[in-house]
Amino acid sequence: MKAPLSWIKDYIDVDGLNIEQIAHCLTMVGLEVEGIRLVGLPKPEAERHEFKYEGLTWDREKFVVAEVLEVLPHPNADRLVLCRLNDGTQELIILTGAPNLYPYKGKGELAQTLKVAYAREGAMLYDGHQPGQVLTKLKRAVIRGVESFSMICSEKELGISDEHEGVIILDADAPVGTPLVDYMGDAVFDISILPNMVRDASMLGIARELAAVTHRELRLPQGIPLPQGDALSKRVSLEVLNPELNPRFMLGMVENVQAQPSPYWVQRRLNLAGMRPIDALVDATNYTMLETGEPLHAFDYDLLRKRAGGNPPSIITRTAQPGETLTLLDGTVQPLDERMEVVADSAGPLSLAGIMGGMDSGITSQTQHVLLEAASWNFINIRQTLSKLKIPSEAGWRFSRGVHPALAEQALRLCLQRLLAWGGGRLVEGVLDAYPLPPQDPVVTLTEEEIISRLGAPVSLEEAAGILERLGFECTLQEDKLSAKTPPIRLDIGEGLIGKASLVEEIARIYGYERIPSKRLAVELPAPVFDTKLEAEERIREILVSLGLQDTVAYRQTSPQREARILPNQSIDPKHEYVRIKNPITPDRTVMRTSGLATMLELLEYNSKFRPSLALFEIGPVFLPVESQLLPNEALRLTVGLAGLREIPTWQTKTPEQRDFFDLKGVLEALLKGLHIPEVNFRPTERPTFHPGKCAEVLSGERVLGVFGELHPMVQEHYEFEALPVLAAELDADLLVALSRVEFEHQPLSNYPAMVEDIAVIVPEEVSAAALEAAIRQAGGKLLVNVRLFDIFRGEKLGLGKKSMAYQLTYQAFDRTLTDKDAETIRNRIVRALAREFGAVLRSQ
Amino acid sequence: MTDREAQLEQEKIAALTALEEVVSTEALEAWRVAHLGKSSPVMQAFSDLGKLPAEERPLVGRAANAVKQALESAYAVKSEQLRQAELERVLASERIDVTLPGRAVQRGRLHPLNQTLREVCQIFRDMGFQIYRSPEVETDDFNFTYLNIPPYHPARDMWDTFYTDKDGVLLRTHTSPGQIHIMRERAPEHIRAILPGTTMRYEQLTARSEIEFIQVEVLVVGKGITFADMKGTLIDFAARAFGKDARTRLRPSYFPFTEPSAEMDVECFVCGGEGCNVCKGTGWLEILGCGMVHPTVLEYGGYDPQEFSGFAAGMGIDRSTLMRYRVDDIRHFRNNDIRFLEQF
Ligand SMILES: [Zn+2]
Repeated sequence: MKAPLSWIKDYIDVDGLNIEQIAHCLTMVGLEVEGIRLVGLPKPEAERHEFKYEGLTWDREKFVVAEVLEVLPHPNADRLVLCRLNDGTQELIILTGAPNLYPYKGKGELAQTLKVAYAREGAMLYDGHQPGQVLTKLKRAVIRGVESFSMICSEKELGISDEHEGVIILDADAPVGTPLVDYMGDAVFDISILPNMVRDASMLGIARELAAVTHRELRLPQGIPLPQGDALSKRVSLEVLNPELNPRFMLGMVENVQAQPSPYWVQRRLNLAGMRPIDALVDATNYTMLETGEPLHAFDYDLLRKRAGGNPPSIITRTAQPGETLTLLDGTVQPLDERMEVVADSAGPLSLAGIMGGMDSGITSQTQHVLLEAASWNFINIRQTLSKLKIPSEAGWRFSRGVHPALAEQALRLCLQRLLAWGGGRLVEGVLDAYPLPPQDPVVTLTEEEIISRLGAPVSLEEAAGILERLGFECTLQEDKLSAKTPPIRLDIGEGLIGKASLVEEIARIYGYERIPSKRLAVELPAPVFDTKLEAEERIREILVSLGLQDTVAYRQTSPQREARILPNQSIDPKHEYVRIKNPITPDRTVMRTSGLATMLELLEYNSKFRPSLALFEIGPVFLPVESQLLPNEALRLTVGLAGLREIPTWQTKTPEQRDFFDLKGVLEALLKGLHIPEVNFRPTERPTFHPGKCAEVLSGERVLGVFGELHPMVQEHYEFEALPVLAAELDADLLVALSRVEFEHQPLSNYPAMVEDIAVIVPEEVSAAALEAAIRQAGGKLLVNVRLFDIFRGEKLGLGKKSMAYQLTYQAFDRTLTDKDAETIRNRIVRALAREFGAVLRSQ
Repeated sequence: MTDREAQLEQEKIAALTALEEVVSTEALEAWRVAHLGKSSPVMQAFSDLGKLPAEERPLVGRAANAVKQALESAYAVKSEQLRQAELERVLASERIDVTLPGRAVQRGRLHPLNQTLREVCQIFRDMGFQIYRSPEVETDDFNFTYLNIPPYHPARDMWDTFYTDKDGVLLRTHTSPGQIHIMRERAPEHIRAILPGTTMRYEQLTARSEIEFIQVEVLVVGKGITFADMKGTLIDFAARAFGKDARTRLRPSYFPFTEPSAEMDVECFVCGGEGCNVCKGTGWLEILGCGMVHPTVLEYGGYDPQEFSGFAAGMGIDRSTLMRYRVDDIRHFRNNDIRFLEQF
């Protein structure tokens, strides 16, 4: 909402407040000023400016009101004229090319002088010939042999609008010689209107808030008295079919109007408020809407009469009939459905109620008789229609937020007044007013205790009543109770408890949030309830970060195509269930993800062009639909991705080694150890995404925690990886979290020395390292405290299908120093066991 | 002085003179063999003692001892000198260019959003708040209706929503549905909790707008909770998050689930309130929305609004991280470009 200061001043005296202070007051009552555009007025002095200023200040000496006495032809140019001008101090000859002065050329001394905005040499203004707003200084120049040192300004040059077709012709009463800034200098507040404050999307609403917070008087414009008589009812009839959808519908009429330009001050205000001035008729409806917040619609009476076959038209408001269409003012043809409310006559729909008028019945530059509609519509219905048809509409924006039916009458009176004043013509006696459903304006009661217990501020009942009265509420104080009747300008105040909350908000807004004290919570802490899941999640992050991995935050939205990339054939399984997005933002974000792995591979792909070595992880949910549930399961996944080199090449390590399966396994082992997950074990498995020989499941006991491995070469081909190989893991983080322990028993330390010895055994190739180690530990018993594989050897000497596994064994007791004989006993036990289980042979040293 | 003694004295002078010429350990060893070895003049003097007349023996013996000691101590000094020189030579040869880059260590890092989120959570934990999380795919009821935003309410325009193909199921547009979940779980106990989580809005993806972002909701429900409590709590939070002297202000705003509602601004930490690009010239940064929990929401949550009151606040982790590090493009956060992440 763009509110010119000059307009607000029609309704409230702002003496003593500068622009900055006004903007502050508005912001602090909920009318946030997002910016201030200066249109002539200077930027106010302030210790600190809290708002963004833009625009142009008109120097008092350099810009004045002047009058053109005579328009003379230019001796050397047809498209230029010379103006004999009085600037209040002297007569001058001014050169201009403004087409709107051509009609006066060579007509001699003008009977009525033309008032103009005159800029003297050295004035800072916007260059009219450059696009946008380019500041320039008015300099002396010779144009076609005539010296020019000053000019008559267009709106563009003064920063009022983009208009540069002609110069501004001011209203005839403009005082010659007055500094222009005093005559029409302005500032425009750009105000963001909150959804519950549509009543303030109007100059009156803004003025009312400002008056309430600054304790000033609000001057309400009255308009003409409601015309009495029955002339109108003989020229048109009115019927409302659905009071729920159309609580009120009023009609008034002015005949013999002229669609001539509005007075300049009206045009200027409309421009500053962001609306294009058209002619007196259109401007009157727009001006009144901006003033009161009530959108109006004007019909051309003759067109309606023609539609009615020359008879008095019958206006009816109803829902559309199946198959009906309507061509709107903007030229679009809209299909209507039976839930959309229309204003119609006997020939069909005339306008889309509260949203936009039709092409065939609205006023034009030829209109002679204006039939003016001021109505009220059901905001939910308007909203539904708007969201179905997606039409940009200023009226619809307002009606869909709730406009009080009482505003219709006020707006009708004001608009009729403007039509008469700006468009001429004669008022037709009488109005039609169908008001089948007046709203009940809530009466809310409050006690001082109720106010204080909500705000925690010492607001007295008297002060509260004063605030509400300034906002238009009718208040009565009885004993210790305040009863406030909602003014007929707003629909946002509830009944009962909700009404009390609404009223407390109104009181707090105007009382000032700044004045409410700050307190610390005095209530006792609630009983502890811990989010242990979050704590475990954070521990996972902690451990992985300490292992040198980078944490990431990933999008939840993806597409089946993107997820299918992790499969060798990339085929989308039609049976794969997704949470599907009805209104996806792009074709590659149509579903909620079901795979953490797919996310991780994309992250590795994206980054592999930047670093030859990558180590990433991500913790986040996947969304798995469950047939019997409305909502999907949100399963927490941990994915880890490693790619490329083990380290970044440096001057010391010119060619670092590539990562392999065991780098990733090492990360997982360290993580699971850090989380104290019990009975961790690994076993080979196969998944389409992974290399069939380099893929494993990780388990805790028999519970599968996840799968990891090196990427299948066919999957790898689907991505543009520059860092290879790619290793990835996807783990069930919910299970990790559930199995992780924060309480566990530590391993005691022995005070006796440990004995260390190495053994190497030759076993068949198919014996797994895990099985061998388990057998060693089993046979070694409790004195064998550590087993470390340090070498694997294969060679001709050993024979085909054999390998030598070399272990370092550590023996230690808690109660004595072990002897060589102890070691020999344990070693023999191990060797015998391995021979028995695997046919292992001790390799001679 | 006997001849022998004189010879010894000459030998001493000769040996010490020769020692001065010695500059290497090898030459020193040769010198030792020549002047202190078995066949050296001094040692020879000892073995020849028996051949001397008895009265000369003590005199020559003493003289030989004195020369031997003198040579030995001179040798020790020289040996130490050479050792020092050798050490210095070796050390000099081992000198490195300390300005060469250190060995690369790959450090792991938390994502900047998770760093901010952790800080915010920690501040509220310090203030006695618990943490509560709820689903990201929600029902229309929890996301809107129970929060006092009935269907076709104009306030629905405030959230551009992703809907799913299941009727009444959507991607939550804010963390506020968690308010209803926790209230229904805890009622009639009082609540002091924060609700962090990812939320989603139907927006065009641009440098300034994201479709997914992290929010933290604050919720306090109890008996006698006032606007002043809310103001005090949030100012406390701001002091902990932005420094204890950070100026803040509350101004009226609108959220359907709170009344009265407010927006909290903190003095721009980039320009100190002077006005800059980050604060768009206002000197203020909007950091959170808040308000007293609407009676309808309390009722949906299972609390009697006659008896209970509360306040709620919501803040964006992405936005505050963006402002904090002057990130020019919000999409950096979820692009996870390693060159970006490595800076945090
Ligand atoms: Zn700033």
